[in-house]
Amino acid sequence: MDLNFIWFILLMFLIIGYAILDGFDLGVGILHFFSKSDDERRININAIAPVWDGNEVWLITAGGALFAAFPIVYATVFSGFYIAFMLLLTALIFRAVSMEFRGKVDSPRWRKIWDFGFASGSLLSALLFGVTAGNILRGIPINSELMFEGNFIGLLNPYSLLTGLIAVVLFSLHGGIFLMQKTEGVHKENIAGKLNGLWIIFVILFFVLLLYTIFEARYLFDNVLRNPLFYFFSALLLLSVIYIPVGIKSGKFKAAFIASSLIILSMISSMSVSLFPSFIPSSISKEFNLTIYNASSSQTTLQTMLIIALIGMPLVILYTIFIYKVFKGKVIITKDSY
Amino acid sequence: MDAVLLARLQFALTIGFHFIFPPISIGLAWLLVIFEGLGWKKNNIIYQNMGKFFGKLLAITFAIGVATGIVMEFQFGTNWAEYSKFVGDIFGAPLAAEGIFAFFLESGFLGLYLFGRDRVSKGVHWFAIFMVAAGSTISAFWILVANSWQQTPAGFILRNGRAELTDFWEAVFNPSTIIRFLHTFDAALITGAFFVAGISAYLIIKDKQKEMAFHTLKIAVIFGLIASLLELFPFGHEHAIQVANTQPAKFAAQEGIYETQKEAGLVVFGIPSEDPLELKYEVKLPGLLSYMLYGDVSAEVKGLNEFPKDEHPPLFITFLSFHTMVALGSYFIFIMAVSSLLLYKKKLHKNKFILKLLLWSTPLPVIACQLGWAATEVGRQPWIVQGMLKTKDAVSVTVPAEYILFSIILFSVVYLILGGLYVYLLSKKINAGPEPVHTTEAV
Repeated sequence: MDLNFIWFILLMFLIIGYAILDGFDLGVGILHFFSKSDDERRININAIAPVWDGNEVWLITAGGALFAAFPIVYATVFSGFYIAFMLLLTALIFRAVSMEFRGKVDSPRWRKIWDFGFASGSLLSALLFGVTAGNILRGIPINSELMFEGNFIGLLNPYSLLTGLIAVVLFSLHGGIFLMQKTEGVHKENIAGKLNGLWIIFVILFFVLLLYTIFEARYLFDNVLRNPLFYFFSALLLLSVIYIPVGIKSGKFKAAFIASSLIILSMISSMSVSLFPSFIPSSISKEFNLTIYNASSSQTTLQTMLIIALIGMPLVILYTIFIYKVFKGKVIITKDSY
Repeated sequence: MDAVLLARLQFALTIGFHFIFPPISIGLAWLLVIFEGLGWKKNNIIYQNMGKFFGKLLAITFAIGVATGIVMEFQFGTNWAEYSKFVGDIFGAPLAAEGIFAFFLESGFLGLYLFGRDRVSKGVHWFAIFMVAAGSTISAFWILVANSWQQTPAGFILRNGRAELTDFWEAVFNPSTIIRFLHTFDAALITGAFFVAGISAYLIIKDKQKEMAFHTLKIAVIFGLIASLLELFPFGHEHAIQVANTQPAKFAAQEGIYETQKEAGLVVFGIPSEDPLELKYEVKLPGLLSYMLYGDVSAEVKGLNEFPKDEHPPLFITFLSFHTMVALGSYFIFIMAVSSLLLYKKKLHKNKFILKLLLWSTPLPVIACQLGWAATEVGRQPWIVQGMLKTKDAVSVTVPAEYILFSIILFSVVYLILGGLYVYLLSKKINAGPEPVHTTEAV
């Protein structure tokens, strides 16, 4: 096991952490569109208010770690996805401030504006997250100079739009299950009524994606068919998907939440197993793939960063668990709430 | 359209707007550590309610700081891809460390502080605001490590067409890190002090819970006086000496020294001209600059004429922003000293003029921070990494100018809205005032 490999794993850990944690609060944001009353919308926001900021830090840290460990990937992908990332940043800004602003002025019109900002910002963020994943899976035009040769419109191809849609549906399902643990009464029933539908849509879209991938990015299967990890994550994915309706029906929302987290984990993990040792495949030629070796920092940096991560991340995980424990249970609206 | 100029404008816009908020958050968080600490330890309801009041203002400030901060983490890659490739081996590490050691801490504990008041013990609640303050300070440290490395790079060698790390600690504690951190951190404390003092003064003027507001005003004024004095000496002074030693061209542009000279004077006023290179209408205190740098009035100070013309920073912005910052810093000492004196004579709460002056001074430290940032960044030009990489060679080559223009327009609109809403919500919360102390609960 070399340092490049370890950092590949660590980055995947950060990205999976982000997708699971911010995934549910983005999902809450998308479901916000369908909430029926002002009270429901207030509870949605307060369900995630104490934690969304910490969740988003996973993305920021993943960005920083990518910069530190694989600067060529950071530079090529971020400049290549310029417009997409500018839109993503705008969406993230709006959803963040919408939560903060919404409860600050007592006027229905004011709240309506920020409800829309929160919901649409969440939707767009989830969509762009999925679109980025789709583009990475099918490969992006990287030339011999390891530079991006495409444009924004090229990123909005049908395959990537499909992965974008899957991200939206999956995060909504994940966020909905989270809300089941946070809400009561009519609000809870309203969300419960949507979960089965979301699950069915997810399953259908996932099978479409699987078939589509065979035509669009067949090379993804080249390496993996003999790799036991791929079968492990596929099995985990299958079991988690099957468990969701069971868990929901029997009211075991915590277990169902773990299952939807595992769906996210196994999808991103099997994606990484397929791509490995590439980070970003080039659609121009295999030789121009950005790999964990040709795009990395020096060994000195990777080693230093590893020490930083080994000191810092266990602490982060410890106090994050503590904070989640404090806010466990149903949302209680107090005068400090949003 | 010039892509380099646009990319620079974009960076100036996004970082300038973002940098309004962190100094307020850091300074305010430390003052809240004091207020909440007094509220908890002395079981004093006045400090508890003032803590809640300023805590709400912190929440709004923090939210915009975080939202606009995400842009920072991404835009080295989006707009400065060549820079990212060149420095990634070194520059990324402090950014990642900032995320791991600081962002998680401040964001996690801010949620606990704002929403956990009724869910945790008073001690844990105080610990939460302490961690927010500590986290935001650690964040300032790591981002200033990254910036200092651009100013005074160390701990690396040039290999494979990029700067590669050889010694992490040498890179972290490069010649300008510590003094830059102290100078900037203290600037944040001053910003927080003026924020609390100005708003407390407003509450007193408008007669909204003025007894309570006087408690926080007192602390803010004394805190502000100490922080402002420290900013002049030793922090500002030492930082200037460091710049003179490590970035003499920037120093000369900031101070307005265009010819190498003995008995160099401290320029108080002047208007820079690039061609011919001269400082018009110069007003200076003879020999003082030489004395401040070397303890000797006759010591020689290097002028801009020692450096090739294409390595001169833009003179006007560098000189003006630096001198205005220094003037503001002197004003901060003056007004905080006057306020402290009145406080000592027990006249501050009645002195409408000084209270109004404190109120109107609230945003001035934010402006001073912006000017300091401009002086240090514009003063480093044409370099993005001093002496190694020029700004014009650092932009993303694959991003067309129109894309950058699009993002400038996008962020200008978004930031204009956010800035307006920030002021609106802040004034709304301030006008609502702190919760009164009910006589039954009073201590």
